[in-house]
Amino acid sequence: MKKTKVSVNEVATGSLTSRRSFLKISGLTLAGTGLLLAGCSDDDDAGRNVDPSQLPGIRNGVFDLGGGDAGILTYAYALEQLEADFYTRVVNSNTFGATFNGEEQQVLADLYQHEVYHREFFRVAIAAALEGTDGMLLPDLEFSYDSVNFSNRTSVLATAKALEDTGVSAYNGAGRYITNPDYLVIAGKIVSIEARHASAIRSLINPGSADFAGNDVVDGNGLDKAQKPSQIVPVVASLDFIQTAFTAQYLP
Amino acid sequence: MNILKLIESFTNEGVIKSLGEKQSRRDSFAQFGKIGAGAAMAALPLSMLFTTKARAQSSTPETATAALQLALTLEYLEDEFYAIALDTNGLIPAADQAIIAQISQHEADHVAFLQQALGNAAPAKPEFDFTGAQGGAQPALLDPFGDYATFLAVAQAFEDTGVRAYKGQAGNLMSNGDLLTAALQIHSVEARHASQIRRLRGQKGWITGNSRGDLPSFTQPIYDGEQNTVHGGANIVGLTATNGPALTNNGATESFDEILTGQQATTIASIFIVP
Repeated sequence: MKKTKVSVNEVATGSLTSRRSFLKISGLTLAGTGLLLAGCSDDDDAGRNVDPSQLPGIRNGVFDLGGGDAGILTYAYALEQLEADFYTRVVNSNTFGATFNGEEQQVLADLYQHEVYHREFFRVAIAAALEGTDGMLLPDLEFSYDSVNFSNRTSVLATAKALEDTGVSAYNGAGRYITNPDYLVIAGKIVSIEARHASAIRSLINPGSADFAGNDVVDGNGLDKAQKPSQIVPVVASLDFIQTAFTAQYLP
Repeated sequence: MNILKLIESFTNEGVIKSLGEKQSRRDSFAQFGKIGAGAAMAALPLSMLFTTKARAQSSTPETATAALQLALTLEYLEDEFYAIALDTNGLIPAADQAIIAQISQHEADHVAFLQQALGNAAPAKPEFDFTGAQGGAQPALLDPFGDYATFLAVAQAFEDTGVRAYKGQAGNLMSNGDLLTAALQIHSVEARHASQIRRLRGQKGWITGNSRGDLPSFTQPIYDGEQNTVHGGANIVGLTATNGPALTNNGATESFDEILTGQQATTIASIFIVP
């Protein structure tokens, strides 16, 4: 009975806040914009998201993740909110101890820690970067997991695998759109943790196999997946876990 | 093919598609060859790219080419290491064969990918000595092909190094989004490997503090700095969970990996390179 709450608008239009208001923000997007434009050789669509006025915030009654570095960080924050909330429910489940063996409990408890740290890091880091600009920090999203049975090992691990693989692909695909080198390094510090997680979950599901870095995610060049936000958001929406509407009109 | 050609070729949609659609390496390389003539066209945008290049903090090497050269050297190291292990009768237990073979395949793929990318700029494969004896110049530190536990320990050291080294070069590849993306795609594969090798050894898949665990002391530079909890000026220690178990300091150090500079990664790799 639920309608799809997350939508992606392919057309990058909408009300734009003034350049003046953007310039107040402490270098979040401004410094890198010239670099990114210089780096576009021809058909690269990176230029689409660098309009400096595309800040996160409510547009037409729905929160939009925004564009540029602020948009990418807010996008990452949304994904981390989902992961953190999921593992919170996993470890808080009153059947946690009965559903998972000791090793699995340790892994899931660690993943809970890491993802909550990621979420809380983005909360404070984005708020600091957008200091003095009310309404630009993505609110706490609401989640529901009707398709997940938290008392079922297979169901939880399969969901974890999907979330971690999606996180890896999302960070890999978003890196090129980040213009501030410091933010790129931070994204790099996080994505390798997501990949370590994905590997561990996959090995719990199918130990002793090649699945930890399986041919379903690593191609013939030895490259992991990389998908841009406009590819990731529909995938995440299709899981139907996120119940709060938001848009991603300005992300590539 | 050289790096200039690669950069231009990466802007060819067909190549990008081929990378994304799991075509065979042979197919991708055939496409690279077809458009290799675009090198001259690349001259102008490249000069702009490299002069406007963003720099990672205190990281050497500082060009995209040097970053890929470092990457290739590390991949040579890993590739030869796993290939020798798979060729050593009785070293790898049957239960772990599929895992080691998969990692070995990826490292071979990475070598081929980076060699093709660098073309004439690709460094020759160094002579490696995985015992740490530097080709007999000093006593051996290890016997990785005579003892499986030692093999896994060295594998962990290599994989954890690879993750940090690629991360450290990301800033040097910002001038070209396709190169950066490819490096990130290798980086996360190395992280998957690292987690698996660590878990085979009974370790967590992630690094706690700056602990090298039970690895020998000469590996400590691989883990130095991993205890960092300040990211973008924000110290994550002290952040709290709104719902759920309390956050721990160990969790804070585990939740972010750290970079190695090019110089740090080179120093670590040099332990196994015959001078």
